[in-house]
Amino acid sequence: MIRPLGAENRRAILTFPIAGRDHIQGSTDAPIKLLEYGDFECPYCGRAYPVVKAIQRELGDNLCFGFRHFPITTVHDHAEHAAEAAEAAGAQGKFWEMHALLFENQDALEDEDLARYAEILGLNVRQFMAEILSGAHYERIREDFMAGVRAGVNGTPTFFINGERYEGVLDPQSLLAVLTRAAA
Amino acid sequence: MNKQEIYENMYPAGRRAVLSRGDAAPDFNLRSTPDQWLKLSDFRGQPVVLAFYPADWSPVCGDQMTLYNEILSEFHALGAALIGISVDGAWCHAAFAKDRKLHFPLLSDFEPKGDVARLYGVYRNGDGVSERALFVIDSEGIVYWSYVSPIGVNPGADGIISALEDLQKRKAA
Repeated sequence: MIRPLGAENRRAILTFPIAGRDHIQGSTDAPIKLLEYGDFECPYCGRAYPVVKAIQRELGDNLCFGFRHFPITTVHDHAEHAAEAAEAAGAQGKFWEMHALLFENQDALEDEDLARYAEILGLNVRQFMAEILSGAHYERIREDFMAGVRAGVNGTPTFFINGERYEGVLDPQSLLAVLTRAAA
Repeated sequence: MNKQEIYENMYPAGRRAVLSRGDAAPDFNLRSTPDQWLKLSDFRGQPVVLAFYPADWSPVCGDQMTLYNEILSEFHALGAALIGISVDGAWCHAAFAKDRKLHFPLLSDFEPKGDVARLYGVYRNGDGVSERALFVIDSEGIVYWSYVSPIGVNPGADGIISALEDLQKRKAA
């Protein structure tokens, strides 16, 4: 079941557009910009992950995909460390590789799992774990989270297409239809 | 049927006269735990975010109280207190707050049921629950901002944050 998104009588607008600070796949010059607010432990985000991948394959260079953290840490015990792991991997140039491993292994997000993923990616594991355990990227994750709150994000995943909130169903066909219209 | 339609079927919209900007926020004295009570006037001198919601135990990922719990430090940084309120009993609230690790009070508008929701114009007659309604009350006890969300939709926190920032600017001016 897909949860309802957004109040109909308030149009949610992205307050901070995708910028250099963001993790993106594709060029910011691409005509279609898709931004996700997500939580690595959220099952709905897990289901959205292959949908986004399919969309990326379909749209190629026409799409710029960005990801911002929106961890609901009080109900998802592993969400904060998972977000820290993505950032710590990002600091070593492997954000998207870690992003993929986390979403593909949502049921294995203990610290020792994170260390194992870092090893798979050939990262400096000691540095990686030190950053996670000290919350080295907390401020950045919080910045993502609050940018989402200000844009009316009320849960995960929430998608924005060229700055406007996507209210539809999360399947490739529905998303693709709206994305294609956004490009026109 | 999607979740919104299920909610609307369960709780059709009632007649409303929702308190809005400039209205005095009626005081109340409600149970916050099985042996503690809270008055709105206890918070005089600071802004209060009063979040009415229909019932404890709504689904996790899009849950409004869980989201607000996550934003609690920002509400506090803006000088505000956050209070959740529903018609659930104090024991139910206690179990819900423990399960969701909530760090703010949930008040029981339980006996006489829904009286406080009625005072604020957000009780759904016949349904037995309140609207999903937000009130930002200033430090003098006057409503600064209010919003009633479709009952199945988590209204998020952007409206609350803007209202609290306005109040802070007003205070600084």
